[in-house]
Amino acid sequence: MKAGDRLIGSSAEVRIKRRSSPCVLLVLIAFCFSACSRPAQTTGELRVTIKSDPKTFNPLMAEDDSSDIVRYLTGGVLIRVNRKTQENQPELATSWTIDENGRRITLNLRPGIKFSDGTDFTAEDAVATLKAALDPNLHSPKGDAFRAGGAATVEAHRKDKISIEFEHPIAGLERLFDEIAISPSRMAGKADSSVVLGPFSVGEQKAGEYVLLRRNPYYWKRDDSGHQLPYLNAVRLYVLSNRDTELIRFRQGDIQLINSMSPDLYEQLHSEDASAARDLGPSVEPEELWFNEVRKSPLPEYKKNWLRSRNFRRAMSMAINRADLARVALRGHATPSIGIVSPANRFWFNQNLQPTPYDPNGALELLKQDGFRKDGDVLKDKAGHPVSFSLITNAGNKPRERMGSLVQQDLQQIGITVNFIPLDFPSIIERVTRTFNYDAVLLGFTNVDLDPNAQMNVWLSSADLHEWNPAQKIPETQWEAEIDKYMRAQASTLDRKQRKLAFDRVQEIAAEESPTIHLVDKNALVAVSPRVKNADPVVLTPQTYWNIEYLSLGK
Amino acid sequence: MSAARWAAVALLAAVFLIALAANLFAPAPYAKQFRQDLNHPPTQQYPLGTDELGRDRLSRLLYGMRISLLLAPAAALLSTLLAAIVGGAGAYIGGVWDRLTNVVINLFLSLPWLFLLLTVRALLPLDVPALTSVVITFALLGTLGWAASARIVAATVRDLRNSEFVLQARASGCPSLRLLLRHVLPNVKPILIAQFWISVPLFILTEANLGMLGLGVTEPLPSWGNLLRELENYGALAHRPWLWAPLISLVLVMSLFQFILSGEEYAS
Repeated sequence: MKAGDRLIGSSAEVRIKRRSSPCVLLVLIAFCFSACSRPAQTTGELRVTIKSDPKTFNPLMAEDDSSDIVRYLTGGVLIRVNRKTQENQPELATSWTIDENGRRITLNLRPGIKFSDGTDFTAEDAVATLKAALDPNLHSPKGDAFRAGGAATVEAHRKDKISIEFEHPIAGLERLFDEIAISPSRMAGKADSSVVLGPFSVGEQKAGEYVLLRRNPYYWKRDDSGHQLPYLNAVRLYVLSNRDTELIRFRQGDIQLINSMSPDLYEQLHSEDASAARDLGPSVEPEELWFNEVRKSPLPEYKKNWLRSRNFRRAMSMAINRADLARVALRGHATPSIGIVSPANRFWFNQNLQPTPYDPNGALELLKQDGFRKDGDVLKDKAGHPVSFSLITNAGNKPRERMGSLVQQDLQQIGITVNFIPLDFPSIIERVTRTFNYDAVLLGFTNVDLDPNAQMNVWLSSADLHEWNPAQKIPETQWEAEIDKYMRAQASTLDRKQRKLAFDRVQEIAAEESPTIHLVDKNALVAVSPRVKNADPVVLTPQTYWNIEYLSLGK
Repeated sequence: MSAARWAAVALLAAVFLIALAANLFAPAPYAKQFRQDLNHPPTQQYPLGTDELGRDRLSRLLYGMRISLLLAPAAALLSTLLAAIVGGAGAYIGGVWDRLTNVVINLFLSLPWLFLLLTVRALLPLDVPALTSVVITFALLGTLGWAASARIVAATVRDLRNSEFVLQARASGCPSLRLLLRHVLPNVKPILIAQFWISVPLFILTEANLGMLGLGVTEPLPSWGNLLRELENYGALAHRPWLWAPLISLVLVMSLFQFILSGEEYAS
């Protein structure tokens, strides 16, 4: 190991070793026993739902939620992001080092691991999987972040040691391994989750009905007593798109866990069985509103001028009563947003940011600076146009529709008419990404990765998902150029403190300029049947079964 | 007309008057949010309680009735007139025109209306006041919803055209216009009236469904349709029976219409 290398994960490795060492005999017995019978604590079949059939069982190609859940439950990964601590923990790699320029990572592999078909896991399998993820011809969504590092060389040094060297450094590189499920080298790039290193493998699928995951008899993890994990024999993923029906089936005992509930359904369940309904506090799923700032949009010039004004956006932010949005629209299961990052993202949240106050008079003062004036109950701009804009959201989302109505009344109080229109989702996407024929939009987002690197596709002015004004050739405003600079700065250093400082600054600029008005951070609302033992739900996905190998079913 | 029918007429007139003068009878503005009184049960202040945003339910019901009672019959009238003109004229003239009418009716019946309405909505500007949006919605329903009625009207007119009394009138030298006005139209009238009344609740419910796709009456304007959406929350209905009020009032009004109408038909 070179002087500048950092050893990461070694303490966790020691913890796992310490667990297993006093139980060598037990482990040996269990190992011999596993071929003919299951561990004493192995229990039944856990039933949960997915919204649709998985589009693929190839873990490298998983993009939709259902495929991603299958990937999580079946895939063995080299490094896991612990959903509870939000820290990296060793899995198939017992430890890893990243060289000082951040271009090369070396991973030491856990010995004696077998795939679910009984074949040995070797460095070759890890290398083949990573090469497939990096292959531009495969277009693996899971490999996108790796490919950002430019050309890469993946090598096996020994049976239990591999390294990857990238052209450019990648900040937060270790976390990316959480997405890469290792497959046998013979199946790399075309794996189907039937031969896996995770706790379960895909056993059976009935399209439109369910996916059955069967216990991996060779899974490497053991509990503190030396029993082989997972405890469950199987996990059945019912395909069910209707959330009301999901709750009915939960009440009937047909399913045991619900990962995400609307406040309305949560309240229903809570009134019947308070112990099953759990509010985990703020999640990383903000509800936000943004205005159309695209220069080439078909909006009239005077309206473009309003929407591109910092004072106008900040005034709108101040005139919206976020506390009421959380209390009324989300039934109290949300907290007013402070900035673009939820406090649930413990490390990256900027603690120095102050919440935007609810201050309609302050909002009017800001608007006056731009020449707006009240004419009776109507706010008018300096050319005499009454201030009115449309606010669109996706139809059918009741909390969001309530939020729209609340925003409508809040802004009415300062003389602004908001025409609130719930639309079908494809129409919204069409308007927001292609025609730019909209004034303002209210939507929610799920941050699947806590690291700001995962948000480069939103915050860079050139990005296609730069919500308010996407795909700019050069930054159209000074503050967007500044955000670009800080986002690139955090992505180009390995020093976590430096990265944090840069991303803190991005959060400050976003708060000052308010290109997106973050309204509330929704709470993570889940349901856990009393039958499920060892459940320890968290705010990150998959909330209720992130520790699937430790879950078991009682009577 | 019997006393019962007179009572029905009086009751219906009262409902219309109350709905038309909603601003006089409503305890609060329909959009006013009493945010401290969410889902409040009925009290003296809120006779039908408040909704999930703290808005007075009775006020919303009265204003919603006004919008639906004015616009749904207007849309039904439009669609029935179109059905009478297209279906009736084609069948009465006969020959190529009758076949052409049939093709047009079949074409309209086979169109995927939901997608067509979504397309039409996409072409309309977003930033329009709620009242304009609701008028556009019902105008669309009236303009596009005539085909089913037209088929029935056409079939009836076709039968009448070949009936013995029409043949006899024609053989007696009765001019075409007189034949249409004196012999055909009076016999088609009950069909048209029935189609009109069938269309009214249909348009009210269609408006409610379109609301789910952003095409119906938009917030904060209430309509019978969007008030009925609250019945989706069936779990709450047992505990809060006052949520049934929009449905009960709709059934009541429609029943009164039918009761009065059936008497008219029998009389004619």
